[in-house]
Amino acid sequence: MSIEPSVRVEDKLFYNRYLVDAGRAHIKVRPHTTPSPELLSMLKACPARCYELNDKGQVEITVDGCIECGTCRVICEGSGDIEWSYPRGGYGVLFKFG
Amino acid sequence: MIEEKFDAIVVGAGMAGNAAALTLAQRGLKVLQLERGEYSGSKNVQGAILYADMLEKLIPDFREDAPLERHLVEQRFWMMDDRSHTGLHYRSDDFNEERPNRYTIIRAQFDRWFSQKVREAGATVLCETTVTELAQDAYGKVIGVRTDRADGEIHADVVVLAEGVNGLLGTRAGLRKRPTADKVALAVKEMHFLPRETIEARFNLRGDEGMVIEAAGTISRGMTGMGFIYANKECISLGIGCLVADFQRTGETPYGLLDRFKRHPSVAPLIEGSEVKEYAAHLIPEGGFKAIPQLYGEGWVVVGDAAQLNNAIHREGSNLAMTSGRIAAEAIFQVKSRKDPMTAENLSLYKKMLDESFVIKDLKKYKDMPALMHTQSQNFFLTYPELVSKAMQNFLRVDGTPKVEKEKTTFKSFIKARSWSGLFGDAFRLARAWR
Repeated sequence: MSIEPSVRVEDKLFYNRYLVDAGRAHIKVRPHTTPSPELLSMLKACPARCYELNDKGQVEITVDGCIECGTCRVICEGSGDIEWSYPRGGYGVLFKFG
Repeated sequence: MIEEKFDAIVVGAGMAGNAAALTLAQRGLKVLQLERGEYSGSKNVQGAILYADMLEKLIPDFREDAPLERHLVEQRFWMMDDRSHTGLHYRSDDFNEERPNRYTIIRAQFDRWFSQKVREAGATVLCETTVTELAQDAYGKVIGVRTDRADGEIHADVVVLAEGVNGLLGTRAGLRKRPTADKVALAVKEMHFLPRETIEARFNLRGDEGMVIEAAGTISRGMTGMGFIYANKECISLGIGCLVADFQRTGETPYGLLDRFKRHPSVAPLIEGSEVKEYAAHLIPEGGFKAIPQLYGEGWVVVGDAAQLNNAIHREGSNLAMTSGRIAAEAIFQVKSRKDPMTAENLSLYKKMLDESFVIKDLKKYKDMPALMHTQSQNFFLTYPELVSKAMQNFLRVDGTPKVEKEKTTFKSFIKARSWSGLFGDAFRLARAWR
């Protein structure tokens, strides 16, 4: 088997259209010192790779590329790690095909 | 605040919401439909296959102007290991009929058309409006909704929750629980564009004929999941989905899975040279009959994906959504016609009617399948596909080995992998869950 090329999610998100609601993130990560296992799993499970680890080892979210699937809500809302809403009307991802 | 009071508010403009809003408006009710996207369809994601029968019940002459892609004449089921697939294909010229049964569609375009029909029937459709919570009276009865628009409380006799798989409003109001990670799948999908002639040549299609491939096996890396490839007119919808709990457990990435599926030697030639124009992700209800929540209450009903109405075995969802939306609307119309209030007792008519339809009957038939597939994922998605591939190759490869020995080798490989009791147990469990 050949070596697997690394997948760049950023390139995939580039195909999509978004209307970003600047300054109003629809998902917020609760401040923490050590991330829970649920929150850590989002580094891999988020299909838009919105979740990243900062240099202090905490999980941060950038919602600009969010495709509004709800996976992080299913995994992390119950443990209180995140607050999850839909973007304001008209904002967020705008699917051309869906 | 919008002073006007409506007979019904429909939250969401997907398949279920549009079916409900259309039916209510056709029956003469005063309907407000709220949608958070810039138009109906701009937030909606599906494979997508449209089932004509369920749409005909709403819009009999839909074929005249609906944006349909291809009518399906062929279905391929693939059981895949890393280098092969064993296929079961069904193709029939009977599907080239005057009123075809299934079509591929592109949801953003289809839903926009559907929404136009809802408007033409007389409903008020308000887009770019996110409903933030349900408005309830002191007794908990739902009396309307609050939106993110200024002074956004709007009242109605009944609220139809067609809010999709995430079902945020119902959860916030305590009407049902948030879906858990073992009851929903995450699917990712890309739209691959190719010239029409190329698609037709690669998939053996003529004119508007279409085909779909549903694939399972090692592509899901031992997780419970499936891949799909749907031929549209000038593009191919290609995606893969697995249970959220499995992603969480394994640390596999959805995009990594998608790209491996695309590079599979059986798949890569089909999309070679294509231009990708969109990457989407969506949750799919997978819990089946046992995951269906409370469907009605004081002043509300829930329809479609928000009610977890999805048949994971047959890959059907949009038809269950449309049908539940239509039936909920018909129940509401009957209650309204009798001049009765929209109480839980009166709205239980919706559940009664739904129970009698194919929606609940089908989900009931497969009530044990989700648990079986989810607990036996290693066997059904890794072990068996690999065994079948080896058996097929052993059968086909001509190398001087006597056939008797070849058969022995195949039998031994099955026994070694699963043991006699394991094989019989799997067959028995599958048969029992299927019946």
